[in-house]
Amino acid sequence: MRAFLYILTSFAVIGLAFWAYRENYATQQALSEADRLHRNIQSAHARLAVLRAEWAYLNRPERLRDLTVLNFDRLGLLPLRPDQFGRIDQVAYPPAPLLPITNPVDVSGFNALVEEENPS
Amino acid sequence: MIRTPLRPLARILEAREKGENPDAIERENKRIRHEQMRDQARQRAEGRLLVLGVCFFCAFAVVGARMGMLATSEPMEPRAHAPGAVISASRADIVDRHGNLLATNLETHALYAQPRHMVDPVAAAQKLVKVFPDLDEKRLIKDFTGKRKFLWIKKKISPEQMQAVHDIGDPGLLFAPRDMRLYPNGKLAAHVLGGASFGKEGVHAAEVIGVAGVEKYFDEMLRDPANAGKPLELSLDLTVQAAAERVLQGGMGLMNAKGATSVLMDAHTGEVVSVVSLPSFDPNDRPRPATRGDASDSPLFNRSVQGVYELGSVFKIFTAAQALDLGLAHAETVIDTKGPMKVGGFRIGEFRNKNYGKLSVADIIVKSSNRGTGRLALEIGAERQQEFLKSLGFFDATGFEIVEAAGGKPLLPKKWTELSSVTVSYGHGLSTSPMHLAAGYAAIANGGFRVAPTLLKQERTQRGERVMSAEAAQAAREMLRKVVTSGTASFAEVPGYQIGGKTGTADKPRPQGGYYEDKVIATFAAIFPAHAPRYVLIVTLDEPVESSGDKPRRTAGWTAVPVAAEMVRRVAPLLGLRPTVEPANEAVVTLTSSN
Repeated sequence: MRAFLYILTSFAVIGLAFWAYRENYATQQALSEADRLHRNIQSAHARLAVLRAEWAYLNRPERLRDLTVLNFDRLGLLPLRPDQFGRIDQVAYPPAPLLPITNPVDVSGFNALVEEENPS
Repeated sequence: MIRTPLRPLARILEAREKGENPDAIERENKRIRHEQMRDQARQRAEGRLLVLGVCFFCAFAVVGARMGMLATSEPMEPRAHAPGAVISASRADIVDRHGNLLATNLETHALYAQPRHMVDPVAAAQKLVKVFPDLDEKRLIKDFTGKRKFLWIKKKISPEQMQAVHDIGDPGLLFAPRDMRLYPNGKLAAHVLGGASFGKEGVHAAEVIGVAGVEKYFDEMLRDPANAGKPLELSLDLTVQAAAERVLQGGMGLMNAKGATSVLMDAHTGEVVSVVSLPSFDPNDRPRPATRGDASDSPLFNRSVQGVYELGSVFKIFTAAQALDLGLAHAETVIDTKGPMKVGGFRIGEFRNKNYGKLSVADIIVKSSNRGTGRLALEIGAERQQEFLKSLGFFDATGFEIVEAAGGKPLLPKKWTELSSVTVSYGHGLSTSPMHLAAGYAAIANGGFRVAPTLLKQERTQRGERVMSAEAAQAAREMLRKVVTSGTASFAEVPGYQIGGKTGTADKPRPQGGYYEDKVIATFAAIFPAHAPRYVLIVTLDEPVESSGDKPRRTAGWTAVPVAAEMVRRVAPLLGLRPTVEPANEAVVTLTSSN
């Protein structure tokens, strides 16, 4: 019985040692993966910051003003004027869709001629 | 264990034979046994002590070893602890009220040299000058071949320049990463943003510090890593600011002014939506402060908060409002403005020596009568006048959140005599900045509450202490509206945005005393829409001349007013203000008693 206990204990020790060894390497793997992801996030952040700055730079009012002047022929953009405010009831409803045609009358085809000649 | 019997029979018998006392044997044996027991207990206790000692020694040894390891090892961040999404600890961005970027950071590099590691210093210097034409070749060669071990060559270089330096291929030319402050909108809102520069510089990083404007005022907050990723939200509106700058720039050119400033402020929240000071500069390339001449000639000078001037007749409305508030007069009370009027030995004159005769209080404002407001001020008294102006914030620097604002302290009369009281009533003898004036007009616009101008986006209406009754504020607004419909500011009529305002033309003081004949500061202080004011607009032109007529015109009605009107026309739609029809005056029922 005692011998059996000893063997069991030593197997448990070997098992735990193996588990700890594997966990150690798995942790290191996870940490380096996290490091890599952090570096990626960081460079993505840096890229994002550059893109934002560039977006703001390209959209600066001075440049947009020059662009509207350059492209006035095509766009016809002018500064917003007070008389451009409208009321909601000034906006027309979209035209109502036509009712479906259930009894079409042929007026241009060959049959139309025939029908004209024979009104009955 | 075999125990020795206490009374061994053999020895007892032997003792009995010899006639000795057998009990002595028992006692002797007991003694021996007790000694043995004592020795055993002692040994066990000593053993336990030893084990305990070893345990303690091990524990202390472990603690000591750990401390030693911690003390000698390089500090390292715990790797397993993820720092979340925010990684960059760079300076926080600055955005306008709609989230448009006003200031951000850009990664760039600085170039430095370690001449000891250089392979061919002379060739490197020659090639460097080709990349950066502004460098001095002789000086570089001297530095590279001299005793210096380290020198900075350029503080900021572009990626293309960096590549070109790489291509030189000298191991002694090195790059240091830098966070550069970038203002993508160029000159826009330059005075508000101020600018930034490098503080302590190292090879691995450099500190970015604010040098002026909001960058300096909130420097600590912007640099605090805890705030990284949280931008500073200003109350400015990028679009409105751009339009206001454009209009003011145009107006300044048309009116031949040497400088101009405008403040557009929400009368209820105190948010400054746009503040312009011209001439302006580019905060990306901030010019050096002027060391000679007048500080106000430098583009760095912020006229809206630092420009402390006597603003002239725009102050008259405060006198009138206070007289109404105190119940000394109402809008229709008639006051004699006939000359001559002498106070403290000085004659109080009118514009171009006019004589208006008897005027109602409303007409005093409409016609801008100095003697009329002077008489009102005399009735109010110096003490109450000071108190009122103080409550409107005219005695202290504004709390506007840029560093320059603290320098814009109003200049007050040293001794507040009766004469000062009269001159201050029409805006002379008391110098304030346009920002102060905006805060004062906001109190009239919002129904009598003090408002502190702020540069930060606000969530709710600011309700300071009450400085005048709602009725007095209402009456003052009606007077301001009358100035536009039938007074000195007739050019300010913008259909749909009923402007009410007051003009002010003040002669510029000479540095050596007295006033210039032909240099004025023209100001128009306006509120719009007058019947339910939302915004306050101050436009000030420095030394304007309007020369379309026979004679050059310098009054605010001809210079500042048209500029302000154009500004409202452009800016009000951008603010989302819908043009409205002015409500007609309600039919007044006069109750008369007949007894």
